Amino acid sequence: MDDPGDNTRLVGRSPARERLHRATELVIETVIRVCGVSAVIFVFGIFYFVFREAAPLLFGGLDLGQLLTSSAWYPDSSNPRYGAFALIAGTLSVTLLAMLIAVPLGLGAAVFVSEFCTGRTKEILKIVIELLAAIPSVVWGFIGLVILNPVIIDLFDTPVGLNILNGAILLALMSVPIMVSIGEDALKAVPDAYREAAEAMGATRWQVTWRVLLPAARNGLLAAVLLGVGRAVGETMAVLMATGHSVNVPDSPLDSVRTITATIAAELGETAQGSNHYRVLFVLGSLLFLITFLVNLTADLVIRGVKKR
Amino acid sequence: MGVFATSPESRRRHRSQQVAFAVLLAMTVLLVLPVLAILGMLVWRGAPALSLEFLFTAPVRGMTAGGIWPAIVGTMWLVGVSLAISAPIGVLAAVYLNEYARDSWVTRVIHLAIVNLAGVPSIVHALFGVGAFVLFFRFGTSILSASLTLAIMTLPVIIASTKEALAAVPMTFREACWNVGASRWQTIWHVVLPNSIAGILTGIILQVSRAAGETAPILFTGAAVFVPFLPQSVNDQCMALSMHLFTISTQVQSVPQSITYGTALVLVLLVVLVNGVSIVIRSRIRRRRKW
Amino acid sequence: MVVKHAKIAFRDLRVRYGDKTALEDVSLEVAPNEILGIIGPAGSGKTSLLRVLNRTLEQTAGAKVTGDVRIDGEDVYRMRDVSRLRRRIGMVAPLPVGLPMSIYDNVAFAPRMAGVTDRKRLEVIVERCLRQAALWDEVEQRLGDLGTKLSGGQQQRLTIARALSHSPEILCLDEFSIAIDPVTTMRIEEVLKELRKHMTILLVTNLVQQARRLADRTAFLLLGELVEVGPTEEVFGRTPRDRRTFEYVHGHFG
Repeated sequence: MDDPGDNTRLVGRSPARERLHRATELVIETVIRVCGVSAVIFVFGIFYFVFREAAPLLFGGLDLGQLLTSSAWYPDSSNPRYGAFALIAGTLSVTLLAMLIAVPLGLGAAVFVSEFCTGRTKEILKIVIELLAAIPSVVWGFIGLVILNPVIIDLFDTPVGLNILNGAILLALMSVPIMVSIGEDALKAVPDAYREAAEAMGATRWQVTWRVLLPAARNGLLAAVLLGVGRAVGETMAVLMATGHSVNVPDSPLDSVRTITATIAAELGETAQGSNHYRVLFVLGSLLFLITFLVNLTADLVIRGVKKR
Repeated sequence: MGVFATSPESRRRHRSQQVAFAVLLAMTVLLVLPVLAILGMLVWRGAPALSLEFLFTAPVRGMTAGGIWPAIVGTMWLVGVSLAISAPIGVLAAVYLNEYARDSWVTRVIHLAIVNLAGVPSIVHALFGVGAFVLFFRFGTSILSASLTLAIMTLPVIIASTKEALAAVPMTFREACWNVGASRWQTIWHVVLPNSIAGILTGIILQVSRAAGETAPILFTGAAVFVPFLPQSVNDQCMALSMHLFTISTQVQSVPQSITYGTALVLVLLVVLVNGVSIVIRSRIRRRRKW
Repeated sequence: MVVKHAKIAFRDLRVRYGDKTALEDVSLEVAPNEILGIIGPAGSGKTSLLRVLNRTLEQTAGAKVTGDVRIDGEDVYRMRDVSRLRRRIGMVAPLPVGLPMSIYDNVAFAPRMAGVTDRKRLEVIVERCLRQAALWDEVEQRLGDLGTKLSGGQQQRLTIARALSHSPEILCLDEFSIAIDPVTTMRIEEVLKELRKHMTILLVTNLVQQARRLADRTAFLLLGELVEVGPTEEVFGRTPRDRRTFEYVHGHFG
């Protein structure tokens, strides 16, 4: 029946098996679709469940003004006060200093890896930077505790080396990898024709980079920085272990502070479920969620802008 | 070129090029050096502690002596269970995004959700785990709760890398399959997945390394400071390497340095080893493409 | 000329990609067992026409099809089983696509997807198709080798063998000779002359002389418009109905 002249239709499954085959595919494809939207469900889930634990306090007597402006954080006292300003200041100061270190290093490394390196060197550098990203945050915290701490005490002649500077150095090293990889993507997205045209006119590699590539990749680099900020704001274990754990609005980079994330990690275990102290930690969690949501949203919009162009 | 090479203008440009190169090189070295220094330090101080006894016995005397075996076992439980949850969901989600979804608002929302899932702080994931799995679903503080939290947290890693692997399969292969009457799913199952499996594995391995290192999400959902027995089921609590390192370096007094460094070294070696495997697989794929 | 009992009939076909029109009001009929040559410069909608027929165009984002397409009088866009439709049509793309599997598996792929599991039957099908595509003698001894390891010309014949493996009634070739040498092209052309006894062939080609050699009738598409369709001698003769056809086939533009 399959001789060369045969032109009858290929007969495979019987009608019954065909129906079974179809039903199976339908089930599989439905599962795939559900998994496809799972990320959305999870993000809503995170918001819902964190907010759910925070809501009774948030709508039941929490003084939001006090939360955001007072530095009186006495959640355990008989007259509890929830002023998180010092925690917010702690988060901001560590993040800011971390970015001052990380942005030049991260973008510089991105430019170096993308424009000045080729072949083996490039591969090895990328692997090292990937390793940087792989080191767990608790190990970074440990490094801050046992390695950076004495170094800072010696260098700056301070009594404690667990402070903003310590945390910021760790955060900088932790947020650099994402900046390098997103920044490198942004530079790669600039068409080679730009480079060739500029080099044909006699420009050096550096002139091409400075005058042509950086302006062209501006948005992508901005997104890289934003994602680095998002990572730094949300980092928990390293800052918990390395910034000195004192509720304090800092004056100098050598002051000890405590961040929002560190506070939640340190105190949640000691609160009674359902207590106000417990709930205020979820309020702080909601705040963090909102901040990082906005930062990531902005970064994403910026990246999309790049892709559309 | 020869005429211009000696002009002052050209020399100045050449100089700026050299300076820029030097500065950028210095920046990169500033990144690379600390990593090497830190790894070197960990190896130097931690290696003496490493022994079969350290790896395979339980901590004793309030964790100031003994080994880390229960923490290693606990980490394996957490990683294994979270992998069993996130790998299928993540791979199928990537299949949906790369093979089914069209560029519409639905895709944009999903994409945004993935970006956010990756960007939400780990401590917020922990709060979510407490609110959802420990309390609402009544799983209590258990390996199950902790693994679910870890799975959701690391989902974006798997989705992103799987999607990349799928996108690397040429469109012409799919079209060739559709042209001969293969359905979408048949095309995915018989052609797309077999040709991207190595890339997908890379992503799954990366997930393992992420999950093994996380601390915050398991703090309140399932990991415990000290459990005198090895976990028997997903309803038990367990110890974990990352949590153990945190505990002995901040919560317990007078732990000998060799033990903390040794624990940190084991954790880093585990993560680096796993990453190394994924890097090797990735470069293998690049060389062994069948097309 | 009106075709009686048309095998394929396009009526008022219009294809858009976003706001770009790829085909505009194309009406065309193809008789059973004829070879219809389709010529025209790049971007005239030739490929779109083929992809409308087997409904792979739907899978392109933003493509919109209106009008009527029928095979044996049956409305293609009302068919619920797209796989079955596609099995009635063999499609050969401009660049050869060897799937990353063995030569044998390449050809056995379509029957397997259709549910053929019997080893003996698969072997018969594979051999028949490879013979029909004039490739059997060259690969008989190495059916287990990767399809992607074959030369360009062999891969294109492998693609044709695969397109024949589900016993199509219609064979569509889209500029099949673009990536292969003239000798192989001539061999495949001989193959087509043989195949037409069993099926209807749509031959999209960038080589006008190829259409002249093979086609019974030839259609000329220009910028999405069907300029004219008629017997090949007429289209290539001194007096085609449209001036632009004359200019194109005699190399004045395109």
